[in-house]
Amino acid sequence: MIAIEQVSKRYAEHVVLGPVSSEVPAGGITALVGPNGAGKSTLLSVIGRLLDPSAGSVRVMGHDVQATKSADLARIVSILRQENRLEARLTVRELVAFGRFPWSGGRLTFGDQQHIDRAIRFLHLEDLADRQLDALSGGQRQRAFVAMVLAQDTEVVLLDEPLASLDPKHAVAMMRELRAAADDLGRTIVIVLHDLNMAAAFADRILALKEGQICVEGTVDEVMQDAVLERVFDTPVRVHRIDDRPFAVFTP
Amino acid sequence: MPDALPPRAPAPRALSGRAPSAPTGTRPALRLAIVWSLALAALVAVLLVDVRGPLELAMPRRATLVGGILVASFAHAVATVIFHTVTSNRILTPSIIGFDSMYTLMQTLTVFVFGGSAIAATDGLPKLLAQTALMVIAATALYTWLLDRSGGGVLTLLLVGVVIGLAFDSVSSFVQRILSPTDYDLLSLELFGRLSSVQPDHLPLALAVCGAVGAVVWMRRRRLDVVLLGRDGATALGVDHRRELIVALICVSVLVAFATALAGPMTFFGFLVATLAYRLAGSHKHAHVLPMAVGLGVLALAGAQLVMRHVFDAAGLVTVIIEVVGGIAFLALLLGRRRPK
Repeated sequence: MIAIEQVSKRYAEHVVLGPVSSEVPAGGITALVGPNGAGKSTLLSVIGRLLDPSAGSVRVMGHDVQATKSADLARIVSILRQENRLEARLTVRELVAFGRFPWSGGRLTFGDQQHIDRAIRFLHLEDLADRQLDALSGGQRQRAFVAMVLAQDTEVVLLDEPLASLDPKHAVAMMRELRAAADDLGRTIVIVLHDLNMAAAFADRILALKEGQICVEGTVDEVMQDAVLERVFDTPVRVHRIDDRPFAVFTP
Repeated sequence: MPDALPPRAPAPRALSGRAPSAPTGTRPALRLAIVWSLALAALVAVLLVDVRGPLELAMPRRATLVGGILVASFAHAVATVIFHTVTSNRILTPSIIGFDSMYTLMQTLTVFVFGGSAIAATDGLPKLLAQTALMVIAATALYTWLLDRSGGGVLTLLLVGVVIGLAFDSVSSFVQRILSPTDYDLLSLELFGRLSSVQPDHLPLALAVCGAVGAVVWMRRRRLDVVLLGRDGATALGVDHRRELIVALICVSVLVAFATALAGPMTFFGFLVATLAYRLAGSHKHAHVLPMAVGLGVLALAGAQLVMRHVFDAAGLVTVIIEVVGGIAFLALLLGRRRPK
């Protein structure tokens, strides 16, 4: 599905990522976790062809992301980065409509409008649909951007810390929607998460990076172990089981 | 590939109450119609108001003026809007990266090397074409080189542009100081926007170039909309940001070069009409913003021309007035942005 082969990224002499190799299977949610500066966002950006790797290659559904035409790739993989600044004044609906560009070239059809409506409903933005983005809170804006990505309707969805400015209610709601997109629509979702327990609760697999290298990857139960997490984060961690789910606690 | 994607979930019925057609349909069109009616009325007024003597005598001269207004409005408005879009920035104007300075320097050096009388002697189509070609080549080479060097960073491009612009200005003012007073007088005539003395034989070419560039921009208008999302956002949606940037900058250099060579430099005019257009267009789409900006430009230049000629009897000062108003608007916006959101 997503095949990462010997990917590395250097800035001058400084290696920020890799070389890493891995394979993300089709379907389900894969969480990218790790300490600050581990290269999570860099890896995600390389997969989503926002950043050219210094070496190595990434194939998404068999398409080499650097060789494939960007416009074709936009129908297969969507990516949302962490910071999204906008100079133009847009309403939520206008922003979400941008997600349909790879399909319609900017000329919205009836089908596009339905995708837009559905994405807006997915993220509970109906009441805000006609509001200007700059009149929204950070969390509401974040949901609007995720709605745009969902409206793009791609097989593979890459999200960089989409929960960053969300309150618990909306964070859980968004993870549930992503879960539904993975389960019901068969989407492959790769998501950078800061909150280990969110990853444990909603992801199928966890890929932990540390200092530009893959530290550990596996199912949630394989990764959510005291010794494994201590190695990833260099911090004492205890994993408890609550309601039969692993729960990591950083010991003070 | 797209056809390999799994079947979509059944599409839901349209939400109650909202027709699923785009909500921005009529309002921007109506706004455009109003502004363009006013703009056309102003143009007709420029043509016809207070004609003294026979109409056949006044008409060619006034038609040239109308042509100059159209070219200057179109060039500055379109150049500024697409420049703002591709640089993800609505404060700067194309002149910040040294177009006006390049023009000023070229004029100054011409006068310095060949003497003031050379300007009058070389006036004509070849001079206009040579100037424009030179500016386009220089600008294109500069951006492509800069973009490759800076890894696609727009900020570096702008910063270097500012520095180069300042360097050009310094050289110009140094050379101007050592000119003879007569040469300096002739030069300053060249350097201030001279809408009232546009060369009629340059107009058809300028209009044709505006039309050609306009067609290029219009064909890319939907991609330019996506470029509003910035480099990453546009790339994620499959738009080649680097290509759009270079195409846009070449268009900007052609437009600004022609407008400057024809009607003199105008620093804030484009900024003024673009900023107003963002407020008044009622839409973020270039299909609405671009015609709105051009319409506002025509309205501003023609209106200023009418007021200056028929109220103050000082038609030559039109661009000065526009620059003063534009400069004040620029400051107001810059300071207004300081307020917390």
